[in-house]
Amino acid sequence: MPRPVVVVQELSKRFGAVTAVDGISFEIEQGRICALLGGNGAGKTTTLSMLLGLLLPSSGQVEVLECDMLRERYRALPRMNFSSPYVDLPQRISVAENLTVYARLYGVRDARRRVRQLGEDLDIVPFLSRPYGTLSAGQKTRVALAKALLNEPALLLLDEPTASLDPDSADRIRGYLVDYQRRSGATILLASHNMPEVERICSDVIMLRQGRIEDRGSPRQLIQRYGRATLEEVFLHIAREADGESRRRASA
Amino acid sequence: MSPVLFSPARVGALVLRYLYLMRRSWPRVLELAYWPTVQMILWGLITRFFLLHSDWLVQAAGVLVSAVLLWEVLFRGQLGVSLPFFEEIYSRNLGHLFVSPLRAYELVCALLCISLMRTVIGVGTAALLALPLYHYSVFSLGMPLLAFFANLLVMSWSIGLLVAALVMRYGLGAESMAWVAIFAVQPISGVYYPVAILPDWAQTLAFWLPSSHVFEGMRAVLLDGVFRGDLIVNAILLNLLWLGGGVAVFLYSVRMARRRGLLLQQGE
Repeated sequence: MPRPVVVVQELSKRFGAVTAVDGISFEIEQGRICALLGGNGAGKTTTLSMLLGLLLPSSGQVEVLECDMLRERYRALPRMNFSSPYVDLPQRISVAENLTVYARLYGVRDARRRVRQLGEDLDIVPFLSRPYGTLSAGQKTRVALAKALLNEPALLLLDEPTASLDPDSADRIRGYLVDYQRRSGATILLASHNMPEVERICSDVIMLRQGRIEDRGSPRQLIQRYGRATLEEVFLHIAREADGESRRRASA
Repeated sequence: MSPVLFSPARVGALVLRYLYLMRRSWPRVLELAYWPTVQMILWGLITRFFLLHSDWLVQAAGVLVSAVLLWEVLFRGQLGVSLPFFEEIYSRNLGHLFVSPLRAYELVCALLCISLMRTVIGVGTAALLALPLYHYSVFSLGMPLLAFFANLLVMSWSIGLLVAALVMRYGLGAESMAWVAIFAVQPISGVYYPVAILPDWAQTLAFWLPSSHVFEGMRAVLLDGVFRGDLIVNAILLNLLWLGGGVAVFLYSVRMARRRGLLLQQGE
């Protein structure tokens, strides 16, 4: 059996007195689309950052594509990619120039063809020559996704992949991601607040709360386990029950 | 498959990114040549004044213009490293760069390449303008000019990397350091006067600056017609220390930024 694409063991990150991620462990098998869910401050972005090697853990281990991200991240980085609305691209250069630079950084052969192809796939051809900074939020989201797909990554990490997109564009992007995963056999890990999106495209869900894993399973399993109709209701149940507990503890 | 330790293609990609930016922004291109030209005009006029009123300068017409142009190499070279790095912070692009296969030392190489280009464009324009305006060619320094230029550029890179490291640690609040840091070494570099007129303690400090050896060497060529190889050797050895220090501090600051989670937070 092939080794999981992502193996996280007892991963923690502390910023001074604040524990952002608190000893989490999980694995993601190849070809899965997995969602990291949790409220604001649950530790989703911190976890993604440690998977990418952007952030050094306080303790624990991260293995991605059979590479220890603390010691050999440069073996894994060419085979993974990332997109987030919280990280931008240079504003003053054009979309095509931005994508060309990143295609070269990732060593993509025939960068021009790849940029053109992604432009067509993600419907960004009309503004390839426009400066990135002049695009709308939704257009930027699509360009960021194009950047994340330049190197045809085996592991794609996405932070809110359909943020700022209108329902039609968001739906097309979801369809594209599922299609990309099927075509390439890639693994996708995404952080999202969009529960219908997660229900539609994800095979696995990891629920985070206050830096810990609260629960995990497929969307269907979680819905059944909590006796709810949708994943959104499960999310609200977990978040509010946790809030209630916190308040009870505080008053006691 | 073992990862590529150093990729000229990745360095080239980043250089291309900065060239794209320059091509799209005429104020940036204009700015490259603006200050060196203004300085050259100002000091050219001062030189003209002294030529009429000072016996010392009559012996070495162009010494001030040469000093100004070489000083601009130091200043422009440092900005050439710091400003492109700040562009990454302004555009919140550091996160994307550091999750790409680009290594931190390749980023350093790209910054140094773009600094070289910016400095050649900026100072080269001013040096060429000095020909018709003052009938003075800094190129009359001959081959030593190359040694002076190279040493000042390397020292400017060291300071540029230190400033970039400071900004990575403390954010854009430390950005103003890019504009003032280099002027801290100007008085003791002996740009416009011999180091010998400095107080003893300042002369000791000056010895540790590659720039002071370069400017002494420049005066030796212009005033005495002598190329002082010993001064250039001093500058080269000191530059090895300075550049090594600058690169080490920059790489350390990247590691600290990864530990503190600063790479995703940097921005305006």
